[in-house]
Amino acid sequence: MNETLIPYAGVVTEITGQTPDVKTFRVEAPEGGKLFEHLPGQCAMLSVPGISEAMISITSSPTNRDFMEFSVKKCGCLTDWLHAMDEGQMITVRGPYGRHFPVEEELKGKNLVFVAGGIGLAPLRSVINYVRDNRANYGRVDIIYGSRSKEDLVYYNEIVSEWTNTPDFHVHLTIDREQEGWDGHVGFVPNYISELELSAVNACALVCGPPIMIKFSLPNLLQAGFDKTQIFTTMELRMKCGIGKCGRCNIGNKYVCKDGPVFRFDQLDELPDEY
Amino acid sequence: MKKLQKTQLQPFFAALAANASLYLPVDNEVGKAEFKKWQDGVQMSTALNTLRSAKDFFFPQTENLMEFKMEGKRIDVIDTREECEDFVLFGVRACDAASFAILDRVYLVDPVDTYYKNRREHGTVVTLACGRPAETCFCGTFGIDATDPAGDVTAWELADGYALRANTEKGEALLASVAALLTDTDTAEVEAEQARVRAILARLPLSGLTTEGLGEGMTKEFFARPEWAALSEACLGCGTCTFVCPTCQCYDIRDFDTGHGIQRFRCWDSCMYSDFTKMAHGNPRTSQLERFRQRFMHKLVYFPDNNDGIFGCVGCGRCLARCPISMNIVKVMKALKKGGAEQ
Repeated sequence: MNETLIPYAGVVTEITGQTPDVKTFRVEAPEGGKLFEHLPGQCAMLSVPGISEAMISITSSPTNRDFMEFSVKKCGCLTDWLHAMDEGQMITVRGPYGRHFPVEEELKGKNLVFVAGGIGLAPLRSVINYVRDNRANYGRVDIIYGSRSKEDLVYYNEIVSEWTNTPDFHVHLTIDREQEGWDGHVGFVPNYISELELSAVNACALVCGPPIMIKFSLPNLLQAGFDKTQIFTTMELRMKCGIGKCGRCNIGNKYVCKDGPVFRFDQLDELPDEY
Repeated sequence: MKKLQKTQLQPFFAALAANASLYLPVDNEVGKAEFKKWQDGVQMSTALNTLRSAKDFFFPQTENLMEFKMEGKRIDVIDTREECEDFVLFGVRACDAASFAILDRVYLVDPVDTYYKNRREHGTVVTLACGRPAETCFCGTFGIDATDPAGDVTAWELADGYALRANTEKGEALLASVAALLTDTDTAEVEAEQARVRAILARLPLSGLTTEGLGEGMTKEFFARPEWAALSEACLGCGTCTFVCPTCQCYDIRDFDTGHGIQRFRCWDSCMYSDFTKMAHGNPRTSQLERFRQRFMHKLVYFPDNNDGIFGCVGCGRCLARCPISMNIVKVMKALKKGGAEQ
């Protein structure tokens, strides 16, 4: 009988530096191809045996047939190790875990507003590229993305070379402070939402970033006319199993690993304030 | 219903042990009962219950999950799972038997925990109805009948022997394997014993404790209650309650470098510990109040929410007896029900 706690071994075939502390790891099965299929917003447990195991969102779109990608910020035991390793190294992967963004259900046919801060763009990138690969199924797309500085914007090359050239894609980048060589918008993401005069008609918003960004973005989206049933986010808590059994990632009666990580804001209202 | 004469108890154990490993409560060197493997001459404890619950047999305190061979950049994942040997647990009390059904609701739901399932499939549980329930007992609060416990076989201790009733196919097979030692009997003796014990249960100090007002849908009502501060104030975060609890099922997964590979194991963990939810970017539960609240909200609200109203407590009373600061789930239940009036 299959045991979900036992991972696959995968090969890291390409490592791309995104920012000073974020790298993207391309993972393939040893015989080539993806280790398993997933849907946008789902996560996987990555591990280097002997170091640690952690839940990381799958940043590549399921429309990519050849590999999976994970963007990882260097901030702990496992992530330090991943950042220090070379291409060709194997790691272990298990999943996919959790509920995905409802790309074929609630989001289909809608205008989409993506709101991201820092590494928070990683789980949304899976949706964004899924939408690009199924462009006819979705309306106007606005991507509001901010980071501390230009160097901290992840996927910068992909954004300017591919996303901005996709029909009816409107990318709005911002950085926290003025910086030499940056003539784009300066300011925090929540304020930028208000400045853009977004339309909530037939639209859904997908938000991911630091808790403080989410906290201040929500009222501004509501002010712009979005209802909580139109706004989705994805969450992260400490996890060991990924399947709702180790008891670690609950918020009230919901487990982020299996009932999330994607939640609609009206669903979050039902949960106690403990995240 | 079958009957075993007391004089035949050791031959009965020997017959069971001939087919499978037999575990039963045995007094240790300090006089506390714990489940031990039976061998010739081992006497069953007369204690009401074991110090630790019987959950170890299905969800052991530590267990190896898998191994990894690491060579250069290569990793080989080695599935070390093996079919578990058949075993018999004799003398499990009604509370602990009910805890297995609660653990099943965690570990046997999709995706199934195959380590747990393997042990469940190979274990046969013989429960023993309680003869002398204690003042810390409150299994009746959760609808558990100490005089008629669940299990593959239910046993009652009588003056001159044991009455035995098979409840499942596994139980039928177990009794069939020792049929030569058993005689047929009617239910009269058992009913008399049950009536005697029910009279004791009714007089126990916690006999009036109910779950009314607790359970499903009470998160909003209970989460921000001021009583949590006083209830949790003296909690040491030692985790004793978790480790003696038959329903606590949280675990940690860790790796151990054996020198010639990596062993990945899991072990019991406790939501009472400060690093339980600690992440690289912070901790959603930084105070003992939050951790204490999580443990009791899980058993009294969250678990019922997700499990048709069934509570995550079986009233075994171990936490009442063991908590070093005398805090326990009964005090929490009373405080939540009465808004602190009975504090």
